[in-house]
Formats: sequence, structure tokens, C-alpha cells
Amino acid sequence: QDAQEKDKSIPPERAEEAKLKAKYPNLGQKPGGSDFLMKRLQKGQKYFDSGDYNMAKAKMKNKQLPSTGPDKNLVTGDHIPTPQDLPQRKSSLVTSKLAG
Amino acid sequence: FLGAGGGNDIQWCFSQVKGAVDDDVAEADIISTVEFNHSGELLATGDKGGRVVIFQQEQENKTQSHSRGEYNVYSTFQSHEPEFDYLKSLEIEEKINKIRWLPQKNAAQFLLSTNDKTIKLWKISERDKRPEGYNLKEEDGRYRDPTTVTTLRVPVFRPMDLMVEASPRRIFANAHTYHINSISINSDYETYLSADDLRINLWHLEITDRSFNIVDIKPANMEELTEVITAAEFHPNSCSTFVYSSSKGTIRLCDMRASALCDRHSKLFEEPEDPSNRSFFSEIISSISDVKFSHSGRYMMTRDYLSVKIWDLNMENRPVETYQVHEYLRSKLCSLYENDCIFDKFECCWNGSDRQLTSFFFPPLCSIVMTGSYNNFFRMFDRNTKRDITLEASRENNKPRTVLKPRKVCASGKRKKDEISVDSLDFNKKILHTAWHPKENIIAVATTNNLYIFQDKMN
Repeated sequence: QDAQEKDKSIPPERAEEAKLKAKYPNLGQKPGGSDFLMKRLQKGQKYFDSGDYNMAKAKMKNKQLPSTGPDKNLVTGDHIPTPQDLPQRKSSLVTSKLAG
Repeated sequence: FLGAGGGNDIQWCFSQVKGAVDDDVAEADIISTVEFNHSGELLATGDKGGRVVIFQQEQENKTQSHSRGEYNVYSTFQSHEPEFDYLKSLEIEEKINKIRWLPQKNAAQFLLSTNDKTIKLWKISERDKRPEGYNLKEEDGRYRDPTTVTTLRVPVFRPMDLMVEASPRRIFANAHTYHINSISINSDYETYLSADDLRINLWHLEITDRSFNIVDIKPANMEELTEVITAAEFHPNSCSTFVYSSSKGTIRLCDMRASALCDRHSKLFEEPEDPSNRSFFSEIISSISDVKFSHSGRYMMTRDYLSVKIWDLNMENRPVETYQVHEYLRSKLCSLYENDCIFDKFECCWNGSDRQLTSFFFPPLCSIVMTGSYNNFFRMFDRNTKRDITLEASRENNKPRTVLKPRKVCASGKRKKDEISVDSLDFNKKILHTAWHPKENIIAVATTNNLYIFQDKMN
């Protein structure tokens, strides 16, 4: 009975917030602040350093450069993108299925 | 909710569905915008693959009095292609963010379509005749041997199978550093605005090498960035007035007569927040994803994550009406944040006949607003009767002329028969884009990759 009453007094949003903070204690202090906004503004930004790429190629010689793994859009520190990793950006030559 | 009773309640029936049946959806087929033209005869869709498909309503068949004309494919073309900006190392998606039709001035139709960076003016024209009877060419195009030409004739136009051609007439490029979220044609039919995250530009439809910046909210120091522009629209009647919404839940109304750069708003619409209710999610769910003026121009509607709000332009301090779209999601915000759904941008629209029956002093006889939700549900709110309804866009309901069954989500407690519990909702099935025919009770509802058309039951 007491536990139920306690739940009723906490607004659902706050309860959800507590859940989130329990899972991710390091979540930014600023509520919904500029982290999201900066991510939104940076959409589409690709990172490629030709110096790193050429250095890595020279070091590796015959070996393969480490590949991206399943998520090709994830930019990680270890991996240097190669031309093979770039997703195909050919335009859709196929007609839309809505018109089919 | 809107029940079967009530003489004036609209009874929605399935009419058509377009698109592939299979569950495996290709990225390119994700529908990103839906828009009727000014007469309602044409319905355009844009997708993530940069393609535009235009449907045309059949002429009404006098013998088929039980339904209005069906929409069939009229034209389809590749509007935008993927690009890479090498200077900024920026990948530019071909996804069509918005389509806006121009009012028809001559035989051809014109629309503006935009991706993140470039707006294009497309001309869609019909060709139903071609010249035949050339003197020097055969009908198949091969040149005739000049020595065989013994008579002279005048080529004549003869009917041919209708061909619909789309051609890009203007390309408005290189004016946006950030991503374009809105375009809106001015009531002067000569200019239009385009809005990105931080700036709004004014263009003339004839001029592509210049645009005027009318709003700039970029801070001198990007560390100080606190809000972005999420949508913008011109007033339907007043050619110097426009509004833009923000990620903080505010709407600013600006008057271009006040100054060249409209950084200072004429009106600021904001609902005061209860500080005791503030949480990590407050700002995110207050972000406005769409703003639409009513046809009269007296009101505007905004959509945030959980609700639709109606604002009277004469009252800045709070909305006049608030409608809860899916309040039961408030206790699911944690997981909706984790799966990114909390950032979904739902649009909203007014019913079409809100336009014709309105004058400044008399409210429209019928005023309904519509918006999408999850599980392929969409919601309508009747502003006069205060009733609301939840319907589903699903191929299971596709018997024409059968009235759609209202849906109900069970928020908590015991689930009644025919209700669906919140935890069973499919959050991958989102209805972000809907459109209402400008004159009739016909609506277009886009699921991820299918377009549904519903009509009211005609008696």
C-alpha cells in the first residue's frame, strides 16, 4: 500500500528520469542541452585524415587495415576509414515502389 | 472518442494503399513528406531516396456515386541525388524533407522540393500531341534521302498517349550552412522562405543566385547554443508575416516590415512551465516538430512529442487548446530516449474545409486536426465537439467502404478486449506525415513505406 502511494506522488517523468540516471550516471548535467543540438548540427559530418590513412597504409603494407565492423557510420578512434568502407552513395536508379 | 453516432461525425473508410507489401523496407523507400496541391487533384510524396511520386485523382465517374475518384500515379522523378561536400567533408542526403506546391497559374504544375541543402523548383507538364509529317525525317526519326522528297507538306500535331514530364526549372543552392527543415511559399506567390537549424532565408522564385537572410539565431560562440529552429511557415494571408518554432517549445512571429533582419520577434508564444515538473526530458519533449497556420490565419497549431497545441495569434502566453496525442508514453520516456524515438518529428495538419467556411468572425463549421503516432496509429481531434479518435493504417482494414474501427491504447491496469497495451505498441511503425485534401474529406497517411488514402463514407 505504502509503495503504491509513493509511486503515485512521483510524476511519471521524474520516475523515468531516475531510471535513466540509474542506467547512465554520467549523463550530462544540462538537461537535454547543447549535446543534442550539436549532434543535430553535425549530421552528415564525415571524418577522414588522409595523413593517418597513408601512414597506416604504409605501416600495414600487405596487411588489411582494420575494418569498420557492422556499423559503418560509427566513428571510432582506432579505425581509419578506407574507400572500401564508404557506403555506396549512388542515387536510386530504381523507381519508387509507390509508383509500382 | 468520435463514435459511430452523431450525424456530423466523419466516418472514415479505407480507399487505397500504395507501396510494397513486404516487411523488408529499403531505406530509399521511407516516405519523408506528403502534400496535396491546392486543388487536391494532385498528391505528392517524397522519400529518403530523393524521389518524388505524384498521384492524380481520377475524374469523378458519374455512375460511381459511392466514392470519389481514386489516385493513380501521374508522374515520378528523381528530385535530389546524394552529394558530398568535399570542402566541409559533409555527406548530403538526398532525402526529400519537404514538398510545397505552387498555386496553378497555367497548364503546368509547379512544386518546390528540398533536401538538407538545396531547394528545387520542378515544372510538371503534360504532352498529349506531337508533330507528325516532317519532310526530311521518317516517323521513326531516320533522315530521308533528300532525293526521294518530291512533295512539300506542313507537319501537323496529332494526338499521342499522354506523357507527363518533370523538369527542374530553378535550383536554389548554397544558401544553407545547416540542414533545411522547412520551406514555405508566401501568399504573394512570388517569394518563399527556407529555414535551417539556425537561419531563415527569403527567396524570389525567379532568382536563384541570391537570397536574403531574415532570421539568424547563430550565437557568436557556438558553446552558447541553446536552441535551434525546428519549423517555419508564412502566414496564409499576410505576406509580411511568418512564424518559426524552436527546440525549446517557443514560437516566434516576425514581421518583415519591422526590419530587414527579423532577429527580434514581434510576438513570442510560450506556455509557462511548471518548474516542479521539470525533468531531464522536459526540453526534449517540448521541442516543436511542426507548426501550421489555420486556413483563416487566426490560429496556428504546433506539435511537440506528446501533444498538439492550438494557439490564438492574439494570445502569446498560452495555447487556447491542448490535445494529448499519446500521454501514456510519458511513463516510457526512458526507453524512448534509449531507442531515439523521443526525437521523432511528427507533423500535423488541419482539415481542408477549415479553409472554405471560415471568416474572421465565424468559426468554421468543422475544424479537425490530425497527427500521427506509433503502431501505425493516427489521431484526430474535433475542435468543436471536443471528441477525438484513434485510427490505424493497416492492410488488414482494407475493405473499401467499410468504416474503420476506432483503436484504443490501454495505458495501465486491465486491458479490455480490442485494446492494445502500451508495451505491445510497435515503435518502428511511426506515422510522421499526414495530409488532408484541401476541399474534401480525403486524407493521405504515410506509414514507413506505404501511402494510405482514406475517405469519408459517402451515403
